[in-house]
Amino acid sequence: MSAAPETISAGSARFTRYFIYGALIILAVVYLLPLYVMLSTSFKSLDEIRGGDMLALPTDPSIAAWVKAWGEACIGVSCVGIKGYFWNSIKMVVPAVIISTLLGALNGYVLTKWRFPGHKIVFGMMLFACFIPFQAVLIPMARLLGLMGLSNSTTGLVMVHVIYGLGFTTLFFRNYYEAFPDELVKAAMIDGAGFFRIFWRILLPSSGPIIVVTVIYQFTNIWNDFLFGVSFSSGEASPMTVALNNLVSSSTGVKEYNVDMAAAVFAALPTLFVYVVAGRYFVRGLMAGAVKG
Amino acid sequence: MSFLQIKNIRKKIGSVEILKGIDIELEKGGFLVLVGPSGCGKSTLLNAIAGLLPPSSGDIVIDGQVVTDLHPSKRDIAMVFQSYALYPNMTVEENIAFALEMRGVDKAERAKAVAQVAKTLQIEHLLTRRPSQLSGGQRQRVAMGRALVRKPRVFLFDEPLSNLDAKLRVEVRAEIKALHQNTHATIVYVTHDQIEAMTLATKIVVLKEGIVQQVGTPAEIYNRPANLFVADFMGSPAMNMLKGRAVAGGIQLFGAGGQGVTVRVPPSVTTTLSEGKEVIVGLRPEAISDEGSADAAAAASARIDAEVTIVEPTGSDTFVTGKLDGTTFTGRARAETVVEPGQTFRFVFNLDKAVVFDPESGQRIG
Repeated sequence: MSAAPETISAGSARFTRYFIYGALIILAVVYLLPLYVMLSTSFKSLDEIRGGDMLALPTDPSIAAWVKAWGEACIGVSCVGIKGYFWNSIKMVVPAVIISTLLGALNGYVLTKWRFPGHKIVFGMMLFACFIPFQAVLIPMARLLGLMGLSNSTTGLVMVHVIYGLGFTTLFFRNYYEAFPDELVKAAMIDGAGFFRIFWRILLPSSGPIIVVTVIYQFTNIWNDFLFGVSFSSGEASPMTVALNNLVSSSTGVKEYNVDMAAAVFAALPTLFVYVVAGRYFVRGLMAGAVKG
Repeated sequence: MSFLQIKNIRKKIGSVEILKGIDIELEKGGFLVLVGPSGCGKSTLLNAIAGLLPPSSGDIVIDGQVVTDLHPSKRDIAMVFQSYALYPNMTVEENIAFALEMRGVDKAERAKAVAQVAKTLQIEHLLTRRPSQLSGGQRQRVAMGRALVRKPRVFLFDEPLSNLDAKLRVEVRAEIKALHQNTHATIVYVTHDQIEAMTLATKIVVLKEGIVQQVGTPAEIYNRPANLFVADFMGSPAMNMLKGRAVAGGIQLFGAGGQGVTVRVPPSVTTTLSEGKEVIVGLRPEAISDEGSADAAAAASARIDAEVTIVEPTGSDTFVTGKLDGTTFTGRARAETVVEPGQTFRFVFNLDKAVVFDPESGQRIG
């Protein structure tokens, strides 16, 4: 094929194009269908849902299910809605993302600009941390949290996510700073700037794209985490994902699909928001890393 | 006592010795150029002076103070990097003021110092721009401004012109020269470009494989190269290296076994040679000319007819390469010289300028 591409006629090129666009549209519809079902179901009444037509638009749209999911739905035994858990997740994800990103940047800075004997081994071990399955650390982590008095607290979850995220954030920043010219650091040294001053004044202000990549990655991972949340917290201290599970899997009373769907959309909103706001920087950041090596 | 002393500096990286005992002295206000091919250790030496790469042994003394173990910022030096190393997130003004800010100089004084330097370098209109909005020559100037603003004891330049295009390079070179003449700064300058070395330096150090080959003024390096390496490295086109043999009262060039042409080199050169010894005679292209532009004041000269192989007009001169008895040599003739390859041309050798090397050691012997 590559030997004689000019023999492909215009007609078959057009057919190929139609085929590609057709396939893309079909796949996009398949991917968007669940979101459509979630949104339309959340605006329906229970009677309408029982009617059975999952793909139909709501005949009498109402936000009652959304209000109930946010403030009244029963999670376990307390019927206060998901809003408390939503804020739990925010209180967990914001500090965890900020701390793990900053520490990753600092690690990347040290591993590229202040190399010490054995820096490769240290980096290799941090990389290795990226590949340890969550399940393997559950029990040691639970023990550690217990010893530190952080079990069943948001602080404990923040710590777990910072530790687990550090491997990835270090990897991102190390590769980005690897391409950052050493001469700038040398120039700043001669100019009289110290270790932290060089980091704050020279490196961090030039790290925009990789900060965006890291924040999106960490935010999505930590927000969506279920296993650590369900293992290290319970009841009032649970994050959003755990509360959603408890809401959906409650076995008492009538199954309120519309409320479940509204709660699930609530759970997905923050990550959607982050992607919409920072998505184009995300792509740009990945590209920058790719081109610069 | 010298202002800058480099005493027996050695640097090992892994098992490789990059610098093998470097000794250099420079007087206050001097312009020292470290020149050599890539990998000769010149940048390593500069980094050692800056304190960015501590030497394995040896000492660096600035103005009587041993600075070998001092942090780069405590040595009172400034460095201009090859890539300029301007901070991309700061404006030109912030770039120049950064070192002063780090040293706790107050804002008003910083602004005054920046304004003064900007005026000297004529970059006042660029102060609010960022490095990405500057051309190569402008970046170069800002990098110099950043060094100048601190009024350091020693300036270090690491191949500062190698990222500029040819025309700009000549302009900035002249600016650096003027800057040195006006400020009487003490400068250490690294380059691989021998023309930069010749035009800028008050003192040249030629390095090869971590060993100093020769230290001297540009004229000494050019006219009396210490060995074959220096002779070949400095000057463009390169010095002609002609095989010769010592005979009674001179050196015979060209033609083994009595054929060809025999030329006589002044006896001052040959007194130390035993008869029959093989030598290499070095002659710069400008010491080989045509009849019309030959130096009439030359005490010893020889006229040699040889076949022309290459003619290279440069506009100001025409370089003519001739071949005789298997040896090729290049001479500099007048621009108007009309000669075609294949023709026979009369070359005039100015033998006053000849330098003689021992082919085994490579050292100059006369």
